[in-house]
Amino acid sequence: MNIWLQIASAAFVVLLLVFLYPAAKHWMQNGPKAKKGDWQAAVIPLLLVVGFVILLIAMVR
Amino acid sequence: MNTLDRAIGRSTDTTFATNKVIKNTYMLLSATLIFSGMMALLSLYLAVPVWTYTVSVIVAMLMGIFVLPRTADSSAGLGVIFAITGLMGFGLGAVISMYLNMPNGPQTVGLALGGTGVIFLGLSGYALSSRRDFSFMGGFIFAGMLVMMVAVLANIFMQIPALQLAIASGFILLMSGFILFQTSQMVHGGETNYIHATYGLYLSVFNIFISLLQILGIFGSDD
Repeated sequence: MNIWLQIASAAFVVLLLVFLYPAAKHWMQNGPKAKKGDWQAAVIPLLLVVGFVILLIAMVR
Repeated sequence: MNTLDRAIGRSTDTTFATNKVIKNTYMLLSATLIFSGMMALLSLYLAVPVWTYTVSVIVAMLMGIFVLPRTADSSAGLGVIFAITGLMGFGLGAVISMYLNMPNGPQTVGLALGGTGVIFLGLSGYALSSRRDFSFMGGFIFAGMLVMMVAVLANIFMQIPALQLAIASGFILLMSGFILFQTSQMVHGGETNYIHATYGLYLSVFNIFISLLQILGIFGSDD
């Protein structure tokens, strides 16, 4: 990648970090806490996504 | 009207508003994805260089940060969201063209496209049908995005393939979580602006597609 494009990309990622940080801080401090069974309901579909991606990888190998 | 009637009336209004946001979001998302696909085809036809992707994504995301929030409550927001998704689609064409020229390229692109569709539809369907509130994932998702951004920043200069693979895998998981989060925000009234909701879901779909392309491209290459 061209050095100027790398610098522009890096500057842009830093800008994203600056804009994301307040939202992240807000959600970490004030976001609702998980109740019993909430994480299980989220982790199961995410594990299915992982399994599906592994299946796709097996198909291209 | 007694208290119960008023409560039922208010509940019906809220449900109607929520359903309207969901319906409008998916209609706009479909339209933006079709437009984005058309722009990708245009850039494939024009055979634009790969750096177009970086420039398009940076300009589109800057519009998403500075222009979209000011226009999302008016009809101008529709023009802005089409400009953003069109630009991102145009940039995507350059990357797709690069992958199509690799060995097994058409298969990689086809699988990434199909895989993205299956992941998005599956997760959206799950969040909509279970009607669970996934807002507890907000802190985890945003903190994860910060970590990913730091890794992306490091890899812009280091260019380590293993780190690139880890970033792509992390993005697929984070964006999958974000689809659950954003869909449940719409269902539970946390997101009332369908342009913002569309932008969030579009970015998730875009990132999952790009990450899948990278992962399948790395594993599908002969070396």
